Amino acid sequence: MTDTSLTKAIDSQTHSVWQRLYRSQPFWVTIAAIGLCIVLSWAGTNSRGEQVFFTAQNFNNVALNFSFIGIIAIGMTAVIITAGIDLSVGSVMGLSGIATGLTLSSGYGVEAGIAAGLLTALACGFVNGFLISYVGLSPFVVTLGMLSICRSLALVVSNNKMFYEFGPDEDLFVSIGGGSYFGIANSLVLMLILTIFLGFMLNFTAWGRHLYAIGSNENAATMTGVPVKAVKMSAYLFCSLTAGMSAIMIVGWMGSVTNALGMIYELRVIASAVIGGADLMGGVGSAYGALIGSFLVELIRNGLLMAGVDPYWQGTFVGLFIIFAVALEKIRSQRSR
Amino acid sequence: MINSSQEKQSKPVFLNLHNISKSFGAIEALKGINMQLFAGEVVGLMGDNGAGKSTLIKILSGNYPPTEGEMYLGGERRQFNKPVDARSNGIEVVYQDLALCDHLTAAHNVFLGREKKKRLGPLKILDNGFMFSKAGEIFAMLKSETRPRDLVKQMSGGQRQAVAIARTQLSSPELVLMDEPTAAISVRQVSEVLGLIKRLQSQGVGVLLISHRMPDIFTVCDRVVVLRRGEKVADKHISQTSQDEVTGLITGAVESA
Repeated sequence: MTDTSLTKAIDSQTHSVWQRLYRSQPFWVTIAAIGLCIVLSWAGTNSRGEQVFFTAQNFNNVALNFSFIGIIAIGMTAVIITAGIDLSVGSVMGLSGIATGLTLSSGYGVEAGIAAGLLTALACGFVNGFLISYVGLSPFVVTLGMLSICRSLALVVSNNKMFYEFGPDEDLFVSIGGGSYFGIANSLVLMLILTIFLGFMLNFTAWGRHLYAIGSNENAATMTGVPVKAVKMSAYLFCSLTAGMSAIMIVGWMGSVTNALGMIYELRVIASAVIGGADLMGGVGSAYGALIGSFLVELIRNGLLMAGVDPYWQGTFVGLFIIFAVALEKIRSQRSR
Repeated sequence: MINSSQEKQSKPVFLNLHNISKSFGAIEALKGINMQLFAGEVVGLMGDNGAGKSTLIKILSGNYPPTEGEMYLGGERRQFNKPVDARSNGIEVVYQDLALCDHLTAAHNVFLGREKKKRLGPLKILDNGFMFSKAGEIFAMLKSETRPRDLVKQMSGGQRQAVAIARTQLSSPELVLMDEPTAAISVRQVSEVLGLIKRLQSQGVGVLLISHRMPDIFTVCDRVVVLRRGEKVADKHISQTSQDEVTGLITGAVESA
């Protein structure tokens, strides 16, 4: 075999760029999001004929709302790629938010407040990861238990009080969550950084390859010497950490925290990750998918509001979109086989 | 102890099993197996279901330790506690289910758990270029039409076998253990896989091949070892036996040979 034909064989792929795009769920979600933007810009006017969708105000709103969910969807995607699930993120968010609020209102500085929130989240992630990876319990059950435990601990710790006085560094803390950087909300900046971080990790590090390997065939990963337990553990730690980060951002932005923070956020987060192409069976998912998935979910919510649809209908539309996205993925993968 | 083929071999002994036994509770899966594998030799391991073939492979590959007996590699006693131990001693395994990850490319499957990395400032990142070209070289050497960038999900049975076999070629092993590589694939793909085994042999790599298919064993093997109910009942050079005799040995119609 000559050198040229070998190189050719190495470089050739069965699928062209277009075929790969056709197979990629995030690509179709991006198309859907662009399409929805066009429809909304055309339909999104109020009774006096003024544009209400394409305004800086509304875009800021969408950006903020989706970044809090999107930050956690990034972490959730890492867990879902390993064929796991983390149902506890909403409650972990609540407990972390309370930990931060309590620390700040007791007169500690902003570093201590942020550290309290992040360490609380990491502790929850550690328990999840340990029970799932090393003890071998089912991710669904463990994180369902953690959901209940964290929500209850948030009640216990806060004694059902609201925290809105954030101590000596109050201004700084509020500006972290509520401020912006060159006109882009800080939480959106954080989300973009996390997207790039996870995208890099998934594509260019052994850790990323190992996440996919565990999700496609955990047994194979074990037999070929992949440190399966440590990698799974790290995925749950990362997921909980993103929940803690999101909690700190949202508490700063709202300027207060109650133990109800993050209630049923887990469903929106999982919906975002799944719409963005993460496969609950494992082995599939991307950082960009998490970003665009959470963007689309927020766009649907926002669009319905702008179109004057009764907010009670939101859940129905988001639910339909989840089922539609998964069905579409199924149809495409069958046809391309 | 039967070793009719031993004096014919001029090659050095790579692996020597001495009195290997394995029991699971009251069940004796292997009873006092003595066996030698010479460097670069292709040996067929045959036996009915439950004869102890897979147990023997799992002991050799470090998946579990023997209850009794010793293993010698190149004259030195060795004990494998996990699969990685076997690998670092020059023994690679192609598992019956191939242990492939469908969502990864062929090259990433070949390098799974042994990813090649390069430095990027303070970080260590995957050297994908190297992995694609090295995997391509291995497929070319195996004369397989598998492309390194293809996802394993889209591959035929023969190509999947090639990926699993290519994985064993990263570390230039002395011995490759193959558990039923031709069990679940089409006739054309069987000859592809047998071709791969011959290619390994021509590279001087020893193969221990488990198979239910008599023609496969007689096509590629130098020697055949037959197990029955955990005991070795035959160990013969392929030219000194016949398919009928081996069938008899497996079923018990022929006591031993």
